[in-house]
Amino acid sequence: MLLDYADMHALRQLGAEIRDQFPILDQSVCGKPLVYLDNAATTQKPRRVIEALSHFYERDNSNVHRGLHELSNRSTAQYEEARARIARYLGAPSPETIIFTRGTTEGINLVANSWGGRFLGPGDVILLTEMEHHSNILPWQLLAERTGARIEWLPVTGDEGATDPALLREMLARKPKLFAFVHISNSLGVIHPAAEWCALARENGVATLVDAAQSAGHLVVDVAAIGCDFLVFSGHKMCGPTGIGVLYGRQELLEAMPPWQGGGEMISRVGFDHSTFKAPPHRFEAGTPDIAGAIGLGVAAEFLDELGRERIFDHDTALAREARERLAAIPGMRLLGPGTGRAAGLVSFALDGAHAHDVVSLANEEGVALRGGHHCTQPLMRKLGLASSARASFYFYNTPAEVDRLVQTVRQIERFFRG
Amino acid sequence: MNISELYQEIILDHAKRPMNRGLLADATITVPAENPSCGDEVTLQLRVAAGRIEEARFTGQGCAICIASASMMTRAIKGLPCDDAATLMRQVRAGAQGGGPMPAGEISALEGVRDFPQRVKCALLPWEALREALTIP
Repeated sequence: MLLDYADMHALRQLGAEIRDQFPILDQSVCGKPLVYLDNAATTQKPRRVIEALSHFYERDNSNVHRGLHELSNRSTAQYEEARARIARYLGAPSPETIIFTRGTTEGINLVANSWGGRFLGPGDVILLTEMEHHSNILPWQLLAERTGARIEWLPVTGDEGATDPALLREMLARKPKLFAFVHISNSLGVIHPAAEWCALARENGVATLVDAAQSAGHLVVDVAAIGCDFLVFSGHKMCGPTGIGVLYGRQELLEAMPPWQGGGEMISRVGFDHSTFKAPPHRFEAGTPDIAGAIGLGVAAEFLDELGRERIFDHDTALAREARERLAAIPGMRLLGPGTGRAAGLVSFALDGAHAHDVVSLANEEGVALRGGHHCTQPLMRKLGLASSARASFYFYNTPAEVDRLVQTVRQIERFFRG
Repeated sequence: MNISELYQEIILDHAKRPMNRGLLADATITVPAENPSCGDEVTLQLRVAAGRIEEARFTGQGCAICIASASMMTRAIKGLPCDDAATLMRQVRAGAQGGGPMPAGEISALEGVRDFPQRVKCALLPWEALREALTIP
């Protein structure tokens, strides 16, 4: 199903309109115009976000919540405004349910340490899918070691990354304490039915954590509609700065959770023997936060909402489908992920006779930025019998012309290794 | 040097048709090595007798640079006294890292990885296995 003329026109238009706002895209790599297709690793930043950071440091920089002077008031107001903006972006009931973290990884570690440490004990089960990123595996393994809880795995089968709904139903009926799953798989591009899975978990009294690292900037992620207990993501994968991310938690759960790090800003009263802590979200934000990062992330969220996340999703997935269709024609091509239906805006592939690092190195020489390797999903890759795969991941500033460059480049690489 | 030049030398030939790939039934030393960051895995097997490497084979998966390096290495060390193999290992390690000249012969093709710091560990993985096999610190 190649793109028709109207589709092509719409895609070109969004890509072209928006590219001006991303200064980094206008450069050459190895003498060729950069084609940036590593958006699942990190996205580029629009001028508006870059300017928000420098504006903050040039005009408003001060610590939050503790100064009584003008600059502190300004930075506090902007920091809390960013929290409110993220709450709206996620359809969260209140800003108090939004905790700023360093990113997805820290958000999961926070939940594992605080919620898991308090509520999980020997024999309790944490249910994960076999498709999880290492960052949604290791915090639970560490927690399991500490508490005697254990991990069960929802199997993933085939290159398309299928899971069995009946089996999931069965595993949830055995009442694990938590079901933590990736919303969009970074290695295969599968989109999981988060609302359906969370509803099923809720029926069984199972808490849920959604890893929205790959979805938060690519489709409408509404925590009320999804009905999850926790949701985590990183700012840098949605046009925001690095070093800032978000944990959304259901209010009742956050209130019942102990702090996980101690420090300034999270206390009510500190004594020599005993201290009491602030209510969420500040209970979970010890020390001076990444104020500029949070403000930048708020600006990024606003930017994405202006563009329209439905439009972004349609754009990314149309480019990915087009790329997939054309890559399929290359000899020795093994395409991973579902391709249609539940597929996100990325294409993962393995080329017979060429290791992904060879593919990525040679693509770089053509100015095309891809990712290659195990994508921090080693258990999954091992199960699929793959040492590595190469991945092209799209965002709204990519264009059909860049899909052409990708396909040409991979064709060339295939001939290079075959020849 | 660009990377396709590096590949086009002898490396691509060795990567496509590696020498000494496969299991060694009567190995006296077996050493697995891996690069966790990229997933390359090479297991080196040697048959050593009277201080000499009589046979060397490898199994595993990796990028073209890693497999070519394993292929060239096993060819080069077969028949060498262990001490000479250790010297060769040190020379290659220095050569890949830019700390000295690469030994002459086909192995010199690996010198190009100097320009690609991320790929140095690909080239050196089989040699790391050799280092461990010969118990060189």
